[in-house]
Amino acid sequence: MDFALIGRIWPFFAEAAWVTIEVSMLAIILGLILGFAAALASLSRNVLLRWPARAYVSVFRGTPALIQLFLLYFGGPQIGINLGPFEAGVIGLGINIGAYMCETIRGAILSVDKGQTEAGRCLGLGQAQVMRRVILPQAARMMVRPLGVNAIALIKGSAIVSTISVLELSYTAHRYISSTYKPFEMFILASIFYLAIVTVFSFGVKKIDERVALES
Amino acid sequence: MNEPIVKIRGLKKNFGSLQVLKGIDMDIDQGQIFALIGASGSGKSTLLRTINQLEEVTEGEIWFDGELVNQKLPHRQREAHLNRLRQNIGMVFQHFNLFPHLTAIENVTMAPLMLGRVNKAEAIEQAKKLLDKVGLSDRGDYYPSKLSGGQKQRVAIARSLAMNPKLMLFDEVTSALDPELVGEVNRVMKALAEEDMTMIIVTHDLRFAEDVSDHVIFMADGLVVEEGPPSLVFRAPQEDRTKSFLQQVFND
Amino acid sequence: MGLDFSILPAYADILWQGTLWTIALTVLSMVFSLAGGVVFAVLQLSRHAIIRWPVAGFAWLFMGTPLLLQLFLIYFGLVQIGLDLNAFVAGVIALSLHFAVYNSEIIRSAIVAVDKGQYEAARSLGLSQFQAMRKAIVPQAVANVTPALGNMMIALLKESALVSVIGVMELTLSAQRAISDSFRPFEFYIAAGAIYYVLNLGLEQAVRVAERRSAQYR
Repeated sequence: MDFALIGRIWPFFAEAAWVTIEVSMLAIILGLILGFAAALASLSRNVLLRWPARAYVSVFRGTPALIQLFLLYFGGPQIGINLGPFEAGVIGLGINIGAYMCETIRGAILSVDKGQTEAGRCLGLGQAQVMRRVILPQAARMMVRPLGVNAIALIKGSAIVSTISVLELSYTAHRYISSTYKPFEMFILASIFYLAIVTVFSFGVKKIDERVALES
Repeated sequence: MNEPIVKIRGLKKNFGSLQVLKGIDMDIDQGQIFALIGASGSGKSTLLRTINQLEEVTEGEIWFDGELVNQKLPHRQREAHLNRLRQNIGMVFQHFNLFPHLTAIENVTMAPLMLGRVNKAEAIEQAKKLLDKVGLSDRGDYYPSKLSGGQKQRVAIARSLAMNPKLMLFDEVTSALDPELVGEVNRVMKALAEEDMTMIIVTHDLRFAEDVSDHVIFMADGLVVEEGPPSLVFRAPQEDRTKSFLQQVFND
Repeated sequence: MGLDFSILPAYADILWQGTLWTIALTVLSMVFSLAGGVVFAVLQLSRHAIIRWPVAGFAWLFMGTPLLLQLFLIYFGLVQIGLDLNAFVAGVIALSLHFAVYNSEIIRSAIVAVDKGQYEAARSLGLSQFQAMRKAIVPQAVANVTPALGNMMIALLKESALVSVIGVMELTLSAQRAISDSFRPFEFYIAAGAIYYVLNLGLEQAVRVAERRSAQYR
């Protein structure tokens, strides 16, 4: 183990870790927005909303994230979408994780007891009112942990944006492996940062989960 | 009393190929207390749920307060029509269906507030009165998870009353309760009956039905087998099916 | 530059070869990751901390880091210790290890979840620890783990695209080769995506059949 080397280059990894955090957090936010919209659309009785939502989930969960990313970044210019690596990374990852989050959110909404909807409707509330005030607050509690699992998968999965030269952790690790021929050290160094990010994030999810659970 | 508040004509309901209601006619006058009795699967809960259209009907007509309930309407209009109707028809469920994320008082104030019937102060004042009426004035800030089954059911009754309904539907509201908690819910319903509320009560509790109702309907296999005042139906049933049902239940 | 999908048939051969390699890569990694998952799970249930701890540490490390990084470690690391494996073998090892760790978590919790009474009943009939595992615990555990393991295998197929970065000529890299020749990334990534989608559908069907079959032991 070459500790002198690690001591010398770790600041570059720390900097790269910030990029990983930025890409991941932005993609998670985008994924949550898309996931929510698609989940609501997929539960709509309107076919024009339901079908596109189902297709989105099926296609983006049915193909590799890497292919989706390459299509956006390399193929995008052919249809007039010119994005830099960072933007393409965020959007590509966000659209991908949104499809998974959609299923999580949809599942949480569907798991709320049918009697809750009936009780709300029997009071004379409309479908949208019941969704907003009765179903979603209850579903929200059930989705925190599984959405956290989706988000953590995304943080690790964000490594793929290194392939479109976003200068994040895995890109940096790869570059130093090529220049130093020390794959083990570089792996450990990058792993420390990934594990730290994932650990802190999991802790945050746990806190949010306890918070929402307490309010009943 | 002129026009009945609920009028049902030739009501049929199928679940797939299974016919659960085979032609029901019924008139309920303002202030009447109807008890629907019968074995599980007789169709009594389904009948109750068609009145506020939790179940759509296959054939027939349901009139409430001079308006056809099951009108054929485009989706949006039908939704608006149902919301308006349901604001005047309260319903209480076997499993309470209280909103677990809201306190008792929030459960009661939610619908009146969301529908803009009252302002917040009025809603809270009204809710306090209703909780007091069901004997829970000290439980307003409790979440449902902290209430007993009987208390939950009483909050659920208060929640329905907050909309000032003209008709109350009770769907086996004491069936999920521990026996020692049945009385407190029955007392609240009895008090409501004495205030001239129109009520339809689906129940397995025949003693309560006899005590509170002024008209009993015995159903079997999706049909009304026998009906009349409780003194007649319970004490001097005419039909064999009614007799055997009563015998069975009272012998248990 | 507009889109022109009529160019695809000219490259059908390279895409077909890539598809076959992706299937081979996925199937091999599935088999090894399932076998590895069982081994890790059993090791983690060992009574000896000296066996349990290193496996747990390894699992923790591999569950907390990206597959891509693990791929770099295995590909370049093996070269460094003098094992110059070809990229395909390195890819299979990386995918197998990565998913073996996840599989072992599923398998371990399933074994633990099987009613303790079952095990005790088997032991009291005079079966050895190993026999009790094999006859009483495993069949029930298999039924319980099949859905979750199936999801892992579906994930594995999609993640296999990552090994293109170390130069395995599977479907993704084949598409890239076609692109560097034709300069038409959009068309070829759509084509590759469509092929993955079809493979994924087939795999989902297979998983569903497996679920139905194993459910009878539940």
